[in-house]
Amino acid sequence: MAHNIRGKPPRVGDNKIFRGVLLGIVLVLVGLMIVAPLVVIAVEAFSKGIVYFAGSIADPDTRHAIMLTVITALIAVPINTAFGVAAAWAITKHDFRGKRLLTVIIELPFSVSPIVAGVSYLFVYGLQGLFGPALQSMEIKILFALPGIVLASMFVTAPFVARELIPLMQAQGRDLEEAATSLGASGWRTFISVTLPNIKWALLYGVVLCNSRVMGEFGAVSVVSGNIRGQTNTLPLHIELLYHDYNAAGSFAAASILAGLAIVTLIAKVALERQGAGRVQRPTALAGADSIIPETKP
Amino acid sequence: MRRRVLPGLPLALGITLVYVGIIVVLPLAALVFKAASLGPEDYWRIISSDRAFASYRVTVLCALAATVFNLFFGLSLAWVLVRYRFPGRRLVDALVDLPFALPTAVAGIALTTLFATNGWFGGPLSLIGIKVAYTPLGIIVAMSFTSIPFIVRTVQPVLEELDPALEEAGQTLGASDLSIFVSVILPLLTPALLAGVSLSFARSLGEFGAIIFIAGNQPFSTEITALLAFIRLEEYDYPASAAIASVMLLTAFVMLTITNLMQARALRYTARG
Repeated sequence: MAHNIRGKPPRVGDNKIFRGVLLGIVLVLVGLMIVAPLVVIAVEAFSKGIVYFAGSIADPDTRHAIMLTVITALIAVPINTAFGVAAAWAITKHDFRGKRLLTVIIELPFSVSPIVAGVSYLFVYGLQGLFGPALQSMEIKILFALPGIVLASMFVTAPFVARELIPLMQAQGRDLEEAATSLGASGWRTFISVTLPNIKWALLYGVVLCNSRVMGEFGAVSVVSGNIRGQTNTLPLHIELLYHDYNAAGSFAAASILAGLAIVTLIAKVALERQGAGRVQRPTALAGADSIIPETKP
Repeated sequence: MRRRVLPGLPLALGITLVYVGIIVVLPLAALVFKAASLGPEDYWRIISSDRAFASYRVTVLCALAATVFNLFFGLSLAWVLVRYRFPGRRLVDALVDLPFALPTAVAGIALTTLFATNGWFGGPLSLIGIKVAYTPLGIIVAMSFTSIPFIVRTVQPVLEELDPALEEAGQTLGASDLSIFVSVILPLLTPALLAGVSLSFARSLGEFGAIIFIAGNQPFSTEITALLAFIRLEEYDYPASAAIASVMLLTAFVMLTITNLMQARALRYTARG
């Protein structure tokens, strides 16, 4: 049963009846809205028995979808991480014109619907797009192939690493790096031995969230992939395909892999938050747009 | 004294600009270019068609309903997590982020299965005459699910930092809990609540994956704008798709501006408190 935080006088809302009722309503809603979807995935995945479940996972098309999702993440996440670190380094350790605009553009994919992202890519690389005809004459395939899936995934996750690093590195200032370079360390050395140890948990936090989103992205990838079974179907698209094939158990079996990934992501998130990651200025770095203007020292 | 300039700006800024240019700016510019090449008359005809209009109505109304629900649920959830100690509190705290971590397609099929007429929730609800799956109610459920963490996570830190002395002052003056909540606590939470609400609403407007499974996707009644842009694409009607997507992009810009103003306000408030 709920009890008051010990040793403190009662605060607003600590009335026993009110507390019990509010807690009851909230826990029931959490159960219905958040826990139940998770449970139903597990139940449906095993609804036809463990053999059917194993068979669904081992199906060549499902295995191919898993592979494609993993390959996409292996390409998109490292590139995105390198970009996030570079962007955070430029924005927090240097002064230049247009810094605010740059920060806004980095955050932009958060506000744009994944469908808009996918449609936009079509107008760059599609046949009716800017580079489509030229790419076709050179026989380079970007859309309805791995490059398009990777590009769309990088669009939706562009802010993920940068937004974890920028507020943290902003708060840490530049003194340590300035001391290191004045003692003769190179820029690279300064980054590796001074900056990196200070940001490693936040960096890992950003990478974990970025990976989770890349592996789970549906809307944007759905537009650019072409949904070709066994070729350009990522795991989330494969789940949709099985679901519309009236193969609910197979669909939920595939979905259970991504649900497992979500749970691992949440555990990693909690563990990293204990190390202090993700605690600075949530939920978006852009919220601190004002503070991104560097402090002026005489 | 002149500040020492750290090395690495050309490389770091170079990588950043190339990435942002290719990944973010180029596609959005291509979309705007495509939509602009339509000419004002065609553009207007497409974006003001009856079917498009119906889709805006469904999307905006459902997003509003989902956001209002999340306002109450999110505030209560944040309150319970900050103010009360109960077994499993940390687990609930961690679970709040599940909607962000769970891929939208997975959430979509799970919610549809729960709320279908033969599902765990859909069955009992259909007995009392409420249909959720394949109705606007389903869209609202999917939107609430995907955006609930926004409000909890913006309100939670403000609630944690709230100075107990403010409430004590009210209590010593003999005010009831309700009047202290309304006239002392709620005003302090308002900036964070508004920031959370605008984030939640913006996310609901753009959501696709979780909704299309549960919505039923009937034109004029349960077809959201994002789906209409997608359908036009599948019909090879690229100009229409570009025009509708550009409306969504414009809405995103407006929401981004509002969200930023709200968040800047919320942060200033936190910093002062």
